Amino acid sequence: MSGSDHILSVDALTMRFGGIVAVNELSFGAERREITALIGPNGAGKTTVFNCITGFYKPTGGTMRLASASGEIALERLNDFRISKLAKVARTFQNIRLFPGMTVLENLMVAQHNTLMRASGLTFLGLFGVPSWRAAEKRAIEHATFWLNRIGLYDRADDAAGNLAYGDQRRLEIARAMCTEPTLLCLDEPAAGLNARESAALSELLLSIRAEQGTSILLIEHDMSVVMEISDHVVVMDYGVKIAEGAPHEVRDDPRVIAAYLGADEQEAIAVMESDT
Amino acid sequence: MGRVSTSATDHSPPHAGFAFILKKALLSAFVALVLFSLMIGIRTEAGPTGQLTYWTRFDELAITVAIVFVGSIVIELVRRWLGPSGASELVPARVQNGLAASGRYVAPALLIFTLLVPVIFYRQRYILDLGVLVLTYVMLGWGLNVVVGLAGLLDLGYVAFYAVGAYSYALFATTFGLSFWICLPIAGILASLWGVMLGFPVLRLRGDYLAIVTLAFGEIIRLVIVNWQSLTGGPNGISSIPRPTLFGIPLTPGPNGFAAKLGIAFDPTHRLVFLFYIILAMALITNWVTIRLRGLPIGRAWEALREDEVACRALGINTTTTKLTAFATGALFGGFAGAFFATRQGFISPESFTFQESALVLAIVVLGGMGSQLGVALAALAMIGGFELFRGLEQYRMLVFGMAMVLLMIWRPRGLIGHRAPTVYLKQAHAISSDLVKEGHG
Repeated sequence: MSGSDHILSVDALTMRFGGIVAVNELSFGAERREITALIGPNGAGKTTVFNCITGFYKPTGGTMRLASASGEIALERLNDFRISKLAKVARTFQNIRLFPGMTVLENLMVAQHNTLMRASGLTFLGLFGVPSWRAAEKRAIEHATFWLNRIGLYDRADDAAGNLAYGDQRRLEIARAMCTEPTLLCLDEPAAGLNARESAALSELLLSIRAEQGTSILLIEHDMSVVMEISDHVVVMDYGVKIAEGAPHEVRDDPRVIAAYLGADEQEAIAVMESDT
Repeated sequence: MGRVSTSATDHSPPHAGFAFILKKALLSAFVALVLFSLMIGIRTEAGPTGQLTYWTRFDELAITVAIVFVGSIVIELVRRWLGPSGASELVPARVQNGLAASGRYVAPALLIFTLLVPVIFYRQRYILDLGVLVLTYVMLGWGLNVVVGLAGLLDLGYVAFYAVGAYSYALFATTFGLSFWICLPIAGILASLWGVMLGFPVLRLRGDYLAIVTLAFGEIIRLVIVNWQSLTGGPNGISSIPRPTLFGIPLTPGPNGFAAKLGIAFDPTHRLVFLFYIILAMALITNWVTIRLRGLPIGRAWEALREDEVACRALGINTTTTKLTAFATGALFGGFAGAFFATRQGFISPESFTFQESALVLAIVVLGGMGSQLGVALAALAMIGGFELFRGLEQYRMLVFGMAMVLLMIWRPRGLIGHRAPTVYLKQAHAISSDLVKEGHG
């Protein structure tokens, strides 16, 4: 937490469902052009944080500020689709949510909905095939093609998304999110269900997105090899609160983190670590 | 089921197969015996003084059970003779592929034929009338297809928009004397407004709940029409609705009529042919607009909404306006069709706008294959035309028609044209199998 160039600053975020406090006074920041990982055992409240940031839940309390070109945006005030449309925050889902009956290319075209909607003059110009609309459509296809090449699915462009292999679906979902041209990309367990080779390819893709598009990435992940390899900053959660934060190697050696993951209390964890070394 | 039972017996020796058939037949016969012993075996009637008289008919019962027993054996033998793959064997793969390949030529051929119908059947009023009816349902089907097929919003009250369109035209024409061509857009816009009004309260509803509310909406509109006597004439309806004119020239026998101006003899068929081409043009415009919309962001958003609403929101799509535009567009076409219906009939009453109509149009969309334009047209032809075709069967008409529908749905569970054509492609458009395409849940 040294730099002040935060793309996202979450402050005292609280989310209650009835009597259950899923997220309690959580504060953390995500640096611009960096990969921030949010980790923690199952049920720690990671996905709830994601749902708050991406507008699927309205937080009970706290603020989430997104630094954009036009100033700060208070994400807690925007809801639903506006987070993606106005704040340029894109997300993927823990259990892949593609449009299975549409082709790979169509999936990427749907992601460019807002741009295309404007270009089609809210449908009316597009209905009559005005040249400016045709040009915009061509650009959108080119943009989609660019991402198809990036994820290596160019040859499958005209196949149904539901027919793709699991790993390809994961990458397509990331490409679809990137087609909305986000400033912040939130990935909910992108490596879940991938084999070692696919995880490595995913790490490479995410690093290249950060380097080439300059997109900041916020990531929930259980696959520690991916987290340790690519993240610049790690936030650890347990029972809805932040228990540790720092560079990957710092977090890895933190007894509180190990205790949370092993389900043991802190003293035991320290004992285990000491006996190890 | 057939598939499982036959493939299981394929590996067993022949006598086991025979035992299986016999067992199945005995079981069927037993079920028939239990069922029919009361229905056929005992006949009850009220006697002359009001008491209950009954007598047994064991011979009829025995015959029925025997028919079931033998029938079961025959069906099983035929199934075995046809081979192990049951249902799909009824239509060979070659024919199915052929159907898919010829699909490209079906639409143009059908269009050319439709254009020529008034020429070919000029002397047959009945066929022309039927043609107009079929085309009205094609248009309604295409309109509802936007809501149900593309956006995946199950709408059981589509007839409401049809009614709004019909009554708008009827009232504007009879009260203010406006012509059909001026009232047509008004009717469409009014229906579309009602579409938005229905859309707002149901935005949060999905699946069955949405279906129930839309069903209620259809009934509300009908009940308002029935009870608002001063405006709509209640159950008596509205009569002497003006007929459409050809650029202001009425198709009537008088000296100002179309026939007199052209210097030809008046023939009432002229008007029928004119109506035929009006509804054909209206249906084709509906089709053209829908096809164009599918390739535009709004159409793609409709389909994406059917596939996954949550993912749509995550991509910055305003699902509220997307749903409302789907309702409005569907209602617009329904309103146009309603205005046409009013001008064709010359008389409308609430009886024409019952739930039965909504169900019929929905059946056309489902039978055609949700989302497929050609499928919906074929289904309208089959449903409306086919129903007329069975007229000769008299009281068995509904039975035969129902059985045909059940068989069709077994053969093609996702409708006549179940696959989905992509809206955009890089190299080659492949049809997408219906297994992957979602039906939508609200």
